[in-house]
Amino acid sequence: MTIYSIIFYILALLILVSTGLAITRRNLVHAVIYLVFSFFGSALLFYLFGAPLLAVLEVIIYAGAIMILFLFIIMMVKVETSEERMFPLNQWLPAAVIGLLYLAIGALLVSSAPGKDIPLEMALTHPKEFGQYLFQRHWLSIEIVSLLLLIALIGALHLGRRKREEKIEEKP
Amino acid sequence: MIVPFGHVLILAGILFLMGMFCAVTRRNLIMIVLGIEIMLNAASIVFIGAALRWHHLEGQVFVVFILAVAATEVSVGLALIVYAYLRTGSFDPGTYNLLK
Repeated sequence: MTIYSIIFYILALLILVSTGLAITRRNLVHAVIYLVFSFFGSALLFYLFGAPLLAVLEVIIYAGAIMILFLFIIMMVKVETSEERMFPLNQWLPAAVIGLLYLAIGALLVSSAPGKDIPLEMALTHPKEFGQYLFQRHWLSIEIVSLLLLIALIGALHLGRRKREEKIEEKP
Repeated sequence: MIVPFGHVLILAGILFLMGMFCAVTRRNLIMIVLGIEIMLNAASIVFIGAALRWHHLEGQVFVVFILAVAATEVSVGLALIVYAYLRTGSFDPGTYNLLK
């Protein structure tokens, strides 16, 4: 057991515990803050797996942008937190059944898959190499994804604009 | 060496299961979108572990696209949630039963 495997298990425990705390919180702000911790743990895991650029992107985009967007929305609108019953029984039961099935089949697959015992070797992807690979081999996909982001921007603007027009129409 | 590849799969599987549980059992639209984010994050962990396992960069490239899709989904999804909240005054998807 090397120092890296100890780091991996500590990070895995941190990610699982903070995610488990996040999905059981009643208060949405607490849930988002716990999830930020979980994403920081994932970023450290990416760094351990030799992807420093993606670790930085994870912190900037997931923990930075997306979670702050959630916080803005939660603070912008008044959320009734106490009324929600935590896990209603009629939803809990199918979720538990599906989850147990998924867990059993997943454990079976992972334990019988060939090459599961192959140890991961330490490696490092230099950000420059990664960027060159990304833009040389996948330039078309990058263009498509940028188009997708543009469509998301226009869609969000449209949704925000229409509701204001309707409000003006309703007032008189 | 770090760990066997199976342990990474187990970690990501449990994380995906937590996200699925959050998306299925919570009755709040914001928590449902958070559950989808957790599932996407679990998928990225598997992709980066696989990139290290086969020493190939394709897995890491795919994570960039997952990040972009997650950002898109969150921006449009949260705009839709705010729109639905302004129309009905609630975050509970069970109360959205009007066709008007």
